[in-house]
Order: sequence, then structure tokens, then C-alpha cells
Amino acid sequence: MKTNSPLQWLTSREGIYYLLLALLLVVVLPLLLDPFRLNMVGKYLTYAFAAIGLVMCWGKAGILSLGQGVFFGLGGYCMAMFLKLEASTPEATKNQSTPGIPDFMDWNQITELPGFWQPFHSFSFTLIAVIAVPVLLAFIIGVAMFKRRVGGVYFAIITQAIAAILTILIIGQQGLTGGVNGITDLQTLMGWNIRTDMAKTTLYFVCVGLLFLCLLVARHVQNAKLGRILVAMRDQENRVRFSGYDVASFKVFVFCLAAGLAGIGGALFTLQVGFMSPSFVGIVPSIEMVVFCALGGRYSLLGGVYGALLVNAAKSGFSESFPELWPYAMGALFIGVVLAFPNGLAGLYERYIMPLEKRLPVIGKYLDKDKPAPQAPPVVSDQLSAEKP
Amino acid sequence: MNAQKENFLLAVEGLTVSFDGFKAVDDLSFYLDPKEIRVIIGPNGAGKTTVLDLICGKTRATAGSIRFGGKELTKMKEHQIVHAGVGRKFQNPSVFEDLTVFENLEVSYSQGHTVMGALAFKRDAAVVEAVESIAETIFLSDQLNEPAGLLSHGQKQWLEIGMLLIQKPDLLMLDEPVAGMSVAERKKTAELLRVITRDHTVLVIEHDMQFVGDIADRVTVMHQGKVLSEGSIEHVKQDPKVIEVYLGH
Repeated sequence: MKTNSPLQWLTSREGIYYLLLALLLVVVLPLLLDPFRLNMVGKYLTYAFAAIGLVMCWGKAGILSLGQGVFFGLGGYCMAMFLKLEASTPEATKNQSTPGIPDFMDWNQITELPGFWQPFHSFSFTLIAVIAVPVLLAFIIGVAMFKRRVGGVYFAIITQAIAAILTILIIGQQGLTGGVNGITDLQTLMGWNIRTDMAKTTLYFVCVGLLFLCLLVARHVQNAKLGRILVAMRDQENRVRFSGYDVASFKVFVFCLAAGLAGIGGALFTLQVGFMSPSFVGIVPSIEMVVFCALGGRYSLLGGVYGALLVNAAKSGFSESFPELWPYAMGALFIGVVLAFPNGLAGLYERYIMPLEKRLPVIGKYLDKDKPAPQAPPVVSDQLSAEKP
Repeated sequence: MNAQKENFLLAVEGLTVSFDGFKAVDDLSFYLDPKEIRVIIGPNGAGKTTVLDLICGKTRATAGSIRFGGKELTKMKEHQIVHAGVGRKFQNPSVFEDLTVFENLEVSYSQGHTVMGALAFKRDAAVVEAVESIAETIFLSDQLNEPAGLLSHGQKQWLEIGMLLIQKPDLLMLDEPVAGMSVAERKKTAELLRVITRDHTVLVIEHDMQFVGDIADRVTVMHQGKVLSEGSIEHVKQDPKVIEVYLGH
């Protein structure tokens, strides 16, 4: 039923879509854009990690999380703590009353590096923490909620509350977290200056590489029996339960997966942008992530990536010219998506462009050999059906 | 009676469930022999569906015990009860509409039930064979690759029965399997149930007396959460209490 070798897969319809995205990100954009703009695309791509997590969690399994910013932020903060410690050498901070600790701690009369900062001297610990910290928090929330059968709207509201709480916590604990300014002035990664154009371009390619790795992992989960159980859970949770599955553990798994993906995105964000602050953690960024996913098409992994790219590009373009109008534009966009094309861009593509592909003389003949896209979701007549509590 | 107890597949004793003081099932006891087909009938609100809910773990009992093959079900979680060998079909067909018929049956297949198991699950020849053989039993061989959402009401009911069969349960519980079916579909379903009952114990809730007479070994009549009468279909049909509360109307 499926193609087996990687080569066969790459020449299937789905493989070609992945190749086209790779072509765009690896060849076309780097050739067209200057390092500044390319760095911005890299920043947008970090949101794509959160978006593909949401495709799995919300699109496939029907669990709407309005708190992905929390996991994105935690990943970002883990990376920022490492970079900040590296930047706070005793020589660089010799004018402080306590040299060797981050500057914002010194401003807050803290005289000793807090215990939870200590392990972030280690780069390998940081790399693990970037994934482990968000996953651990997601695991705790997931077990607490899903084992008690909290779901649907209630779950969404609770995740949103957690996003608000974490923001307040970070801002309130200024001496430990850098407060509302966040963790700034990040310079080097293991002695490598991340602020040069060269470094930013390198990080862009690292980001693209990791994005494809994550896409393939998500695709593997989606195509395994696990993926079908997630979709089944979205449709008929009770039927899955009475088919002998512990539904809660599957929900915990997919929620942790989404959190881990968002955490990786957050860490790459910190590396490429050079700082991390509470404004990327709270309710607004969390909801924006849902918008990326909804606009791209919440059933499609690639849709999530395009959604993150396009909405962010529109946001930059729009807010450069009309900064105060952007929130309205985004609100309108979201309402438009929900009302007019609930399956997002991926759904529009499937409906209107896929039939045209066949008419192209060369490609059409080539694609005719192929079966229709294997993971194509059927059109859901009621766009809210996936969110039944 | 006590001496025989160990031979029962299912022994329900003193089962009571109370919702805010209202006893939906009240001190109910009944016993199922292996390979028996038992039909529960009774007026609306008699507590028939609640009994199935209690057995499969959807509702928790207030008091009493449900022993199945030596295991006490009242303390077990839903998925553990399924693994113990109890399959339950709901009143409204509940199939996975976005998945194909094949995938519906595959999800119900008795392997890969943990998160890691489901990640590592391979669709091997044994799975395909099991799915195809069940599909033939439930008259859906030609629809294997269709999304279940496109099936007719009757076909969805069959699919759900198939999803139970592929779990290889010892006890099958069916809640109104022929409700909303056409005459032709009813006939086919009765035929299907006869095939199933050759090697399963079946507990059915049904209103259609014709259908009940066709399939039942024994009938339990429930009224207000209690057993009103029990025995062969002829026996309960002539029981004056049954005529009074149920058949007479």
C-alpha cells in the first residue's frame, strides 16, 4: 500500500511536495534574499515547528492547545540561559558588583547564580533540556488533564491559562528570568559569534535541516497505526476506548510530541534572533501559532509550514506599512479561514489545484501512475467537528 | 446454584447503580453460560443500556459485582475490560468516519494497543488476512478502501460489529443492532448474528420481538432496574407481569 524505499517515496506525489518545499527553502530563498531577510525567514520557520506540532495535536488528534507558546518559550529560554551564561564571563562582567553572573541578576541585587541556572553551563545539558523541559511540562499537564478526561474547550482554556501564568511568572521573577525584557545580549555559541551574517545564514540552514527532520518524524507518527488511532480518537473517543486503548496515554503522547517540536522551534528562535522574552510565551503568540496552523491547513504537515511562513511574511509586510492595522488583518484572516476554507490552504490546494495538475501534459501523465495523495484528509463538512468536547 | 457459579461466563450479582438517589439498576442479578445468546428486553428507561455500560466500565457500579471468567470487572478500567474479552457495540453506530473500512478494522485489531506498540505496528499478512476475513463476514469486502463515513446506516452497524469481532472477544454486547435497519438489512443482520453466535457468547438489547424470537436462547425482561422475568421467549411472552408492563402496550 505504501512505497517502501526512500527513493520511491521521493518520486511519489507526497515526496515531490516535500522536495518542492526543500527547493524553496534551500535554494530559492537563499538566492533571492539578502542575509537580513533570510534571517527573518529563519525566524518564521521556527514557528513552523510549533505549527507542525499543532497539526499533529489539533488537526490529527483533535486536541486544541492554546498554550503552545509556553513550550516554544521554554525551549527558547533554555537556549537563552546557556547563551547568557556564556556571555557573562567574569571578564565581560567585571564592572558588576558580582562578576560572572548575568547582568540582569546583578541589577536585581542577586549575588549568586541560582541553582536552576547551574546546569545550563553545559551545552549538552541545554540541548537535552530544550526538548525535555517542554515535554516534561506537557507530560504533567497531559496526565493531570487527560487522565481525568478533561478535553475540548476546557482543555483549550486551561492551556491558555497556563500561558498567562507562565508569562506572569517570568515577568514577576525579574532577578531570575530577566523579567519583561527577557534574556538579551546573547553573543556567542561555544565561542562562535552568532551575530554575523555568515552565522545567521548558517543557522538558517541548520533550522531548515531540523525542520525537515521534524517533518519526517511527524510524518512517521502520522503514517503509523498511531496516526490512525489519533484520527479515530478525534472522531469517536469512546469507540477507541472500548476497542481496548488507553485513550489518555495517546493524548499525552501527542501533546508531548507537539510540545517537544515547539521547544526545538523556540531554541532555534533564540539562536537566530539573539534574545528571548516573555512576549513569545504568552496568550497572543500561542493563538498566533494556532492561526498559522489553521491557515496552512490543520490536517497537513506541509500546510502548517506554509501557514507559518505566509502569515509571518504578511505580518512583517503589513506591520512595516500599517503597524496598527495588523491585529485586525490577522483577526479577519482567521475568521475568513474558519468560515470560508476550514481546511486551510492545504484544503484549497487539494480542491482546486490538484485537479489542474493532471492537465499539465508532462506532470499529469507522470502523476497518473500515482495513487492519490495517501494522507489526504476527507473534507470535513463541519469545521468544528474536530473540537467536540 | 452456587455450585454451578464457576461455570458461568458472566455472573452479575446484586448490581446497583444510583444516579443522585435514582436507582437506574437495582440489585440486579443474572448469569450467562458460555456460548449463550441472551436478549435483554424491557420498556424505555428500564436500565438495559445502563447494564451494558456497567459491564463494559463506562459507568461505575454503586454496589454489587460483575465477574467475568473469574475476573471482577467493576474495578477494572475500560481498556482492561476489553483486553479481558468483553466487546461492546453502541446503540448509535460509532465508527471512525474519516478512516477507511480497512483502517477501522485494523485499529480494532488486537495488537499494538500501547503508544509504542502502535508506533511499531506493521501491517503484515496476518493483519490483512484477519481484516479481509472479517470484512467478508460483515458483507463489506467490496468497501474495504472506502471511508466509513460513506457507508449506509446498516453497513456502519455491521462495521462496528466487525470491529468487535476482530478483537476476538469472549462476550459480545450489542445495543439494538437492528434499530433503524431496512427489512432486508435486518434479515442479513440476523444471519450475521447466527454466524457470530457459533463461537461467541452474546448479550443483546433489542425491542423487535420478531428478531428476539429469531435469535434468543433466553430472554431477560427488565423493568425499573430489576429483572421482571427470565426464561425462554415463550415463557416470558406468557408471563402476565411482562404483558402488563411491556408487551401489552
